[in-house]
Amino acid sequence: MSKENQEEFSLELLRSGDRAEIARLVDAHSANIYRVALKMLANTQDAEDVLQNTFFKAIQALPTFEGRSSLSTWLYRIAVNESLMLIRQRKPEFDLVMKPDDDEENEHLLTEFTDWCCLPESELMSSEAQGYLDEAIQELSEKLRVVFILRDIEKLSIRETSETLEISEAAVKVRLLRARLVLREMLSKYYGEQLDAEKRG
Amino acid sequence: MNKDLDCGAFLDSLSEYVDGVIDSALCAEIEDHIADCDDCRVVVDTLKKTIYLYHKTSEKTVIPVDVRERLFHRLDLDDFVQEKSLLS
Ligand SMILES: [Zn+2]
Repeated sequence: MSKENQEEFSLELLRSGDRAEIARLVDAHSANIYRVALKMLANTQDAEDVLQNTFFKAIQALPTFEGRSSLSTWLYRIAVNESLMLIRQRKPEFDLVMKPDDDEENEHLLTEFTDWCCLPESELMSSEAQGYLDEAIQELSEKLRVVFILRDIEKLSIRETSETLEISEAAVKVRLLRARLVLREMLSKYYGEQLDAEKRG
Repeated sequence: MNKDLDCGAFLDSLSEYVDGVIDSALCAEIEDHIADCDDCRVVVDTLKKTIYLYHKTSEKTVIPVDVRERLFHRLDLDDFVQEKSLLS
C-alpha cells in the first residue's frame, strides 16, 4: 500500500505538525504497524505498546523527517526497532539463545515431503490452524521472523525490506529463504498429521 | 545447458522461483526438474501454500476499536477519533 499512499500525504503539513494530516497518516498505517507488532510479539498488549510508541516517536520525529525513505518504510523501521526492544526487555537472554534455524544448512531444512496442499481451505485456515501458524512463526529467530513478516505477510519488496531493516538485499534473501523453509517444514508436520488422521478415518 | 539440475542446486533458486522473479532459462530447467522429481514438486507447492496462508490469514487483521481509541488518546488526537467511522 505504501507507494500510492505516500502521494496522498503532504510532507509539508506533516512536518509542520498539522494534526488532521497526522491523524490521517495514523489511520492509513496503523493496521500494518499493529499487524507487524502482533506477529513479532504474539501478544496483544505488547503489540498495542509498540503501536503507540511507534506513532508517538514518529510524530516527534516528523519535523525532521527528510523523506529519504518512504513514510511507510520509515514507520515499519520504527515499529521493528520498538518490537525488538520489547523482546530484549522481556527476554534478557535474547542474544545468547541460538535458534535451531540460525546455523542449519538449508538442505537440512528439507525433510518433509508430504503434499498437504489438497486439504480444504476451511481446514488450512481453521482457528486451530491459525493458532499454529502464530506459534510456528515464534519459533523463528527474531532476525528471520522480521524478514518473513515484512516480505511475505506485509508484501514489501526485497528492496523495501532491505531499506526498512538497513541490511543488504543479499542478507534479506538468505534470511527469507531460511525462514520460508523452516515454516514450510513446521506446517508440513502439522498439516501432515491432519492428513494422516483423515486417512485413518 | 545442464538438463539434470539436481535437487540441491534447485534449492538456492527456490525463493526466486516461487516469487516468479527468476530468469526464464533457469525457470524452464526447474520446471523440467519438478515434472520428474516428486519431492521437489511437493516442496514448491507446499512452500507457495505456506506463504499464501500466512498472508491470507493476516490480511484481515484490523485494529480493534478500543485499541484505536487508546492510540488516538496517547497521541493527543482524541478530537479526530470519530473521523474514520464516517467513512465506513
Ligand atoms: Zn528434486
